[in-house]
Amino acid sequence: MNKAIEVKGLSHYFGPSRVIDNISFAVEEGNIFGLLGPSGAGKTTLINILTGQLRAAEGESRIFGIESRHMTGKDYKQLGIMMDNFGLYERMSCYNNLRFYQMLDGNQNKNIEAVLKSVGLLDAKKTRVMNLSKGMTNRLAFARAVLRKPRILFLDEPTSGLDPATVEEIHKMIFAEKDRGTTIFLTTHNMYEAEKLCDKIALLNEGKIVEYGSPADICRRYNHQRKINIHLKNGQDVVLEHKKESGEQIKEYWDGDKVETIHSTEPSLETIFMELTGRIFDI
Amino acid sequence: MIVHIWAILWKQLKDTLKNKTILIQFIMFPCMTVIMETAINIQGMPEHFFANLFAVMYIGMAPLTSIAAIIAEEKEKNTLRVLQMCNVSALEYLIGNAIYIVLVCLMGSFVIGAAGGYQGISLFYFMMIMFFGHFTSFLVGATIGVLSRNQMTATSVTVPVMIILAFLPMLSMFNETIGKFSKYIFSEQLYLLVNNLDRIRVGTDTAVILICNVVVIAAAFVVSYRKMFIRK
Repeated sequence: MNKAIEVKGLSHYFGPSRVIDNISFAVEEGNIFGLLGPSGAGKTTLINILTGQLRAAEGESRIFGIESRHMTGKDYKQLGIMMDNFGLYERMSCYNNLRFYQMLDGNQNKNIEAVLKSVGLLDAKKTRVMNLSKGMTNRLAFARAVLRKPRILFLDEPTSGLDPATVEEIHKMIFAEKDRGTTIFLTTHNMYEAEKLCDKIALLNEGKIVEYGSPADICRRYNHQRKINIHLKNGQDVVLEHKKESGEQIKEYWDGDKVETIHSTEPSLETIFMELTGRIFDI
Repeated sequence: MIVHIWAILWKQLKDTLKNKTILIQFIMFPCMTVIMETAINIQGMPEHFFANLFAVMYIGMAPLTSIAAIIAEEKEKNTLRVLQMCNVSALEYLIGNAIYIVLVCLMGSFVIGAAGGYQGISLFYFMMIMFFGHFTSFLVGATIGVLSRNQMTATSVTVPVMIILAFLPMLSMFNETIGKFSKYIFSEQLYLLVNNLDRIRVGTDTAVILICNVVVIAAAFVVSYRKMFIRK
């Protein structure tokens, strides 16, 4: 697979403090990559560097082989960006916001209604942005990001502060983009979201990547307990060692139709983050 | 380039015309001129008195406050960054806004001129002076907007500048000392030109002062312009 994003030895400073500390990773084309970390970990700074909004002090970042800092207008057309610092025109309607964005790209009214429909805002197309709820505003920002059918979508905490139903809708939209072949780079502090959406994740703490890989692999790697919890139908909880000999006992429970649930004891990403950094995953 | 300028112009028509704070700047002085020229007629009052007075106030206020507010709002609401990512250059952005603001202000100026009784060649000269004034004032406002972090800062800087540009020509009529200083400001010189439209002739003093004003303002603008859209 081609590499959509490549980062090598990237560092950045704000004054004396090092906000990004010598990080390297790659994102394959068509994958969803999640950058996880608490507030202030450097997630937004990294997106700003990747999208060429900020010049890194050291190291290099490439988008489809092109150095971020050297991207031109043509290269930018391959990017869709949804960030808090990417505002919408509040007095303009949803439709006109998208139309303006499309006019800047030199297109005229192409698939605006289809995109609004896909994010569930077709009925609100004449509504001014200032009158939208936070969830609707986020969906409109998402619509703007995908309007130009980008090859890479940068989503900075796309579901932050939203209710579960809207979060679910945004997740569906992200999967729809992935199905279209779009590479998605998202930042989040929601571990559940990362496990659900991402093919690969990186845990970021104080500007450093402390763990990298697929969520399932990372959880398996940190499964120090290696136990199996069985909850039986009679209410009894049984804890077995994660080894070959336990198989016969599990089979016995299973054949006797006694099993209610079986769980392995892989830790959650949140627990792993705490183990690695000694920090609670605060938002 | 034309695509971006046209898009900016289109956006301003859709967005700013719904912004009452900016809209009021465009229509306040034309409306006041129509009302005053129609309602007040005191014997011995100079011809076109209200039109000339409000014309200079219009120059000192409307373009300056509107462009400063527009740029500051774009910065505060983070829409300027979106434009940057769409490869809109600072020059395209400012040309789009200049066309929009100067055109709207010229429409207002036409109302002021017509309400003041200017016709034919006098009205043409009047409009030319207004065009020069609006454009210079636009540059002042753009400089303030670019240098301001948010709308609050822009307003706090715009107000004293606006008072100097709009009210000093009026105050200089009543106080000679103020007149000694205000004659170096472009709005005062434009006020003097507007007051002598029948025998318009730009003297050397006036030309030098206007050129110096434009050079200083343009230089300040160019310096601040470089800070606009800059990538850290």
